[in-house]
Amino acid sequence: MAENSVRLQVRNLSFSYGEKPAVDHVDFHVNRGEFVGLIGPNGSGKSTVLKTIYRALPPDEGEILLDGKPIADMSYRESALKMAVVGQENDVPFNFKVREIVAMGRTPHKRLFDLDTPEDRYMVHHALEHVGMEDMEERSYLHLSGGERQRVIIARAVAQESDFFIMDEPTNHLDISYQLQIFDFVRRLGVTVLSAIHDLNMAALYCDRLYVLKRGRVVLEGTPEEVLTEANIRDVYGVSCTVAKHPATDKVAITFLPARRQKEDT
Amino acid sequence: MPEKRKIRNEAGELKLGFVILILIIAAAATLFVATGFGPVSVAPGTTARILLSRLPGIGNHIVPDWTPVSENIVLVLRLPRVCLGLVVGASLAVCGVTMQALVRNNLADPFILGVSSGAAAFATLGMLFGVFAFLGTYSLSISAFIGAAITIIVVYILSRIRGRINITHLLLSGVAVSMIMDGVTSIIKLGAPNALGLHNAEFWMSGSLASAKWAYLKLPLIVLILCMIFLMLNHRGLNLLLLGEESAGSLGVNVRRLQKELILVASLIAGVTIAVSGTIGFVGLMVPHFTRLLVGGDHKKVLPISALLGGILVVWVDVVARLIIAPEELPVGILTAIIGGPIFIILLKRSNKEKR
Repeated sequence: MAENSVRLQVRNLSFSYGEKPAVDHVDFHVNRGEFVGLIGPNGSGKSTVLKTIYRALPPDEGEILLDGKPIADMSYRESALKMAVVGQENDVPFNFKVREIVAMGRTPHKRLFDLDTPEDRYMVHHALEHVGMEDMEERSYLHLSGGERQRVIIARAVAQESDFFIMDEPTNHLDISYQLQIFDFVRRLGVTVLSAIHDLNMAALYCDRLYVLKRGRVVLEGTPEEVLTEANIRDVYGVSCTVAKHPATDKVAITFLPARRQKEDT
Repeated sequence: MPEKRKIRNEAGELKLGFVILILIIAAAATLFVATGFGPVSVAPGTTARILLSRLPGIGNHIVPDWTPVSENIVLVLRLPRVCLGLVVGASLAVCGVTMQALVRNNLADPFILGVSSGAAAFATLGMLFGVFAFLGTYSLSISAFIGAAITIIVVYILSRIRGRINITHLLLSGVAVSMIMDGVTSIIKLGAPNALGLHNAEFWMSGSLASAKWAYLKLPLIVLILCMIFLMLNHRGLNLLLLGEESAGSLGVNVRRLQKELILVASLIAGVTIAVSGTIGFVGLMVPHFTRLLVGGDHKKVLPISALLGGILVVWVDVVARLIIAPEELPVGILTAIIGGPIFIILLKRSNKEKR
């Protein structure tokens, strides 16, 4: 039963783009229903870890088990049925309607000779409803704002009907209202999530557990309260801050201190 | 709400069928009308009756009142040329669509990326020196296919940087490779052992349907149909490739395999087409672009509509090419560029305006 609740198990994972390892013997896991965050400075290997998991990069070493089965042994279709990816590669240089982009999420459910069915259309509509974009089905994806595009990509993942989302900084470059909205949409789905998150306060708000990557290694892990301490943040990011539990959210909230202030202190 | 949705979606599907039906009618009309045009005038009524007399069922009811010369012109000279135009145009358009999905860029075209030049270089080699003569009847097509495949692979490898196609590198390596291949063709021609072969090669290379015969039609048609079936079955995969390799993989596409298959398909279509018509440029660029402006990017629609539009376009451009400076003929390739370019620019401008 305990083994059953582990959705993703990463063991001894390594990957390098050239000489220098980008991911260096990383171990971690994601349990069923958990919202797990990967945090760490730029270039710490967050995206690379995720890319090996969603099979955009082949790991040099190590093992990735999804529901107990090595991901390397699965067909692309099989892994696509188990996990949906919200990556950073969301520009489409061709003219597609919102509805068509979301319908692409149905692909793993389709065999070679299958036609689109009313059920597919229902799923697409339902997914767009979930992100509040059902009125924009016929709009061109090219003409959407960044926040709207990200919602469409979330809808595509919903239409994919998998209960495990891999997200790579899904709120990058978005306005704060969209950032909250995106995470709220995903949390409302009740799916298992593994997400790289840039913003530590967002990580504190939404994640059940965090793994901290630095130079390709997992240096810290635990709940946001355990991981996001003033000492840890100074060690990993090299910045000063104060951390306090916010009364309204009951989550830790981090206030970063500007450099000048730090000098005055010391 | 879902009820309303359903109707509208079905209306959307209907519209695709409707567009295709209209285009099929247009293609059929093109076949009849375009056959009537040429330096020697055969009355349209006569042309129609000659064509109808060959149709099973109707044929017996038509009394032949035309001269054997007219019949010869229509059935032996013009009809194969029009049919070849349809097949070549459809092939070039489909080849363009395939290459655009492969490199994820709507500027890809067999002409622009040097594939035509590569095919032409190898075909010339075969034509003048009989290098691939051991391959038999289809030696020209096979040598053009090999040339096309080599060029696509070279350009593809050169323009991939860290797993992504770089647009600048794509276009520049296309230009560079096509220059190299054109250079190779020139050298081959200089060393050509016989004048007749050289003349044929020159004429063929300028892009022309003038030498059309029924026998030329079979292979390109078979290849077009087979490739179309493959592409239509994989229309979802093609759509996903446009999202990028990572997204395509995460949505269940075996990206590496599909890319290899598309390289094969594009080389096959380009090779056999260029072997019969020489290089007719810009069809593979313009037609998919028009099509996307009409129906969007979904390959389920883009593939059949591009094929029909491409066929119709090439036939009509060929009609103009043989009339405009009659009795001389312009190479079709020159006209496709001159006619297609400005229309393309206008449509592009219009779509940009809508964006804002």
